[in-house]
Amino acid sequence: MIRLPDPKPETLAARARIVAGLRALLPESGVIAEPLRLKPYETDGLAAYRQVPLAVALPETTEQVAAVLRFCHENGVRVVPRGAGTSLSGGALPLADAVVVGLMRMNRVLAIDYADRLAVVQAGVTNIGITEAVRAAGFFYAPDPSSQLACMIGGNVNMNSGGAHCLKYGVTANNLLGLKIVTIAGEIIEIGGAHLDAAGYDWLGLLTGSEGQLAVVTEVTVRILRSPEGARAMLAAFRSNEIAGACVDAIITSGIIPVALEFMDRPAIHACEAFAHAGYPLDAEAMLIIEVEGSIQEQDDLLARIKEICARFDPISLKVSQSAEESAAIWKGRKGAFGAVGRISPDYLCMDGTIPTGRLPEVLRRIGEMSDSYGLKVANIFHAGDGNLHPLIMFDANDPESFHRAEAFGADILKLCVEVGGCLTGEHGVGVEKRDLMPAQFTAIDLDQQRRIKTAFDPDWLLNTAKVFPLTDALAPAA
Amino acid sequence: MSVLAPAEEAEIAAAIAEAHAHATPLLLAGNATKNGLLRPVQAATTLSLKHHAGITLYAPNELILTARAGTKLADIEAAVAEKGQQIIAEPPDLGALLGEEGAQTLGGVVACNLSGPRRVTAGAMRDHVMGMRAINGAGEVIHSGGRVLKNVTGLDLCKLLAGSFGTLAAITEIALKVLPASETVATLAIAGLDARKGVAALSAALGAPFGVSAAAWLPRAEAARIPALAGFAAPVALMRIEDFRPSVAYRSERLRAALTDFGKGEIIAEAPSRVLWRAVRDAAPLGAVAPGEAVWRVSVRPSAGPGIIAAADALGGRAFLDWGGGLAWIVSGASAENHRAITAAVRAAGGVWWLMRAPDGLRASLDVIPPEPASLAAITRRVKAAFDPAFILNPGRLYAGL
Repeated sequence: MIRLPDPKPETLAARARIVAGLRALLPESGVIAEPLRLKPYETDGLAAYRQVPLAVALPETTEQVAAVLRFCHENGVRVVPRGAGTSLSGGALPLADAVVVGLMRMNRVLAIDYADRLAVVQAGVTNIGITEAVRAAGFFYAPDPSSQLACMIGGNVNMNSGGAHCLKYGVTANNLLGLKIVTIAGEIIEIGGAHLDAAGYDWLGLLTGSEGQLAVVTEVTVRILRSPEGARAMLAAFRSNEIAGACVDAIITSGIIPVALEFMDRPAIHACEAFAHAGYPLDAEAMLIIEVEGSIQEQDDLLARIKEICARFDPISLKVSQSAEESAAIWKGRKGAFGAVGRISPDYLCMDGTIPTGRLPEVLRRIGEMSDSYGLKVANIFHAGDGNLHPLIMFDANDPESFHRAEAFGADILKLCVEVGGCLTGEHGVGVEKRDLMPAQFTAIDLDQQRRIKTAFDPDWLLNTAKVFPLTDALAPAA
Repeated sequence: MSVLAPAEEAEIAAAIAEAHAHATPLLLAGNATKNGLLRPVQAATTLSLKHHAGITLYAPNELILTARAGTKLADIEAAVAEKGQQIIAEPPDLGALLGEEGAQTLGGVVACNLSGPRRVTAGAMRDHVMGMRAINGAGEVIHSGGRVLKNVTGLDLCKLLAGSFGTLAAITEIALKVLPASETVATLAIAGLDARKGVAALSAALGAPFGVSAAAWLPRAEAARIPALAGFAAPVALMRIEDFRPSVAYRSERLRAALTDFGKGEIIAEAPSRVLWRAVRDAAPLGAVAPGEAVWRVSVRPSAGPGIIAAADALGGRAFLDWGGGLAWIVSGASAENHRAITAAVRAAGGVWWLMRAPDGLRASLDVIPPEPASLAAITRRVKAAFDPAFILNPGRLYAGL
């Protein structure tokens, strides 16, 4: 169980005064302090952890965000930024003495420029909302995390979110041009803009993925891309994880980078097929979903090349989609994977490590051994092209012992990822979930270097306290 | 002027720790091909990483290569080419432009975040740095990221150090994402368009679903310096398509058809295409830079590119546009007045500039990159101190007093 810091007694004691102070800064409905109305903010996508915050502030403008942060800074009040609350690592988990600053009312698309291929949006616009705003003109916003219907771009920036298509299009960091941020001192700063690259330090790159540790993001300038002429998927099923992994290697080394290359192991195939009836082969040990883009002829050409490669690995089945409907059915199972696992297990933890792709068979074998020794089932979904592994560990939340075992199992998997040359998190972020594992990947010197950067932005460590950095250090600014 | 050039990371760390202890400024370099960029560094000691070289890992199937900072970029290009792969950002070789003859290193290219034509669609050098080892200004070994393609663990120091011009840490090892090189390449050239129409054509091309990977516009005189383009005797808009042969054949024709409103368009074949994009990459269309001239590199929103060309023209300079119109390369007389005129135009367009080459006295006295607003400059100073508490690494390279 992950420990949260003790609330500051002086802040708790000053609650009424803090709430009144916030009310003076925001519109009537912009401050929530009633216990029942605070309840929805007590957790995020890591629902095993809950903590009602001191208050919730819902600013509608960057200036209001600045006023709230300045007030919190002057009063030594901790701040937890929040978008849609979909973080799977507890990135938006409140603290008892913290004000949650929710950006969901800042949900306007401010500008779209097709000639310069960019959109300026407020932090509370949903990921899919950007694509919806530009779709009619044939454009899209590329990063597509599974939560894209709900998650907000401000959260995507803070977590550097990826998605199934980032093999070709990159993650959030590769699709940004500018930010408007507010520092804890209430200063409003423009980073980047409508042009490529920074002349001085790359603040855009540093802030992306900084998990609310450095500043609050209120506006984002994203790159928008022209949609390809079309896309089509195929399924390839194999007799073992090793064979499927070797096939992935063969595809990549042939010079083909599919737009998506997804790997599912046997438990994941079964869970998803029961849910989506996508025609997944139930006798396979491993399955790949491979998607290509382009005109019909280009799709045919690429899928033929890929099919020829897959055929060398003794596949159980190869199925090339013949239509957009068939492609949608193939993806339905994968995109519904989390819900599918939810149907066969009351609760699950979705882990998120990255490994060198060549180590996949070995890692899956060792996860299987851990699954046996912990007595918990696990299904593995893997962004095979970029090595991002999502083991879904099934447990029963009504049984605290089962939850503790699931957490320990998850920690062991992430340590294994680091051991084979990978990392603790590929796209979900550290949050509170992986905070205490950071020393597995970083030396004390590394962590101190990162802490000093946090201190340069947030000297009193008020922003999203107790996340990312191991707890004892998170509460003491670096020397 | 003393030069230290240790081969081992521990020796580099020891040298920096020693300099930190005595508050001795260090000029960080690889093969010292980029010392002319931005402001001159005032340091009696050069710490060169050129002997800390070698590819330490290359896994083509995992699209990852790691190499020590002093590895010659050409060696890395050759190693990946042997496996049919390439460095994604297509970094330029600015040796001719900067008047330097040495072989640039991976560390130098990353520290300066230099990217070529493919940057407009495939990201900058910094986008493909997946991991790093570096020595901070206290002589401590730090690392960030890793040798995997997706990693959001902790603060992303790789992006901060890429493009920091050696002012925060000495990068010692870099993990780079690489990708398959395309089977072939072709270029659609549309001649006779002025800057505004030319950039409109580039925007239409980049906004079409045909996977254009680079888009540049050259005025008549600049185009004339590229053999494949000299025959046009006109300004020319260039759009590159790279992929498998059937795709390149199909898409270049579709693109030509889609852009007929801009002009007839001619498709340039693979071999001359490769030569011409290398020239664009290295800013060769600017021609030789005379001793009394300066070079500016400017990034603006693409639609503002023609305005920057107009500003350069007004000074009697030479210029051209890459990155769909968003990157302007400019050569003009090296004077504070010209610098003011160019940077005023860039500022008005909301963009940024780098003074890439100028006489030492001039570049010591100008804002070689845009000054930051006070609130951000204060953070810059604190972050600099967080890495380099004695302010010994490349002092003054980016900003006077930092």
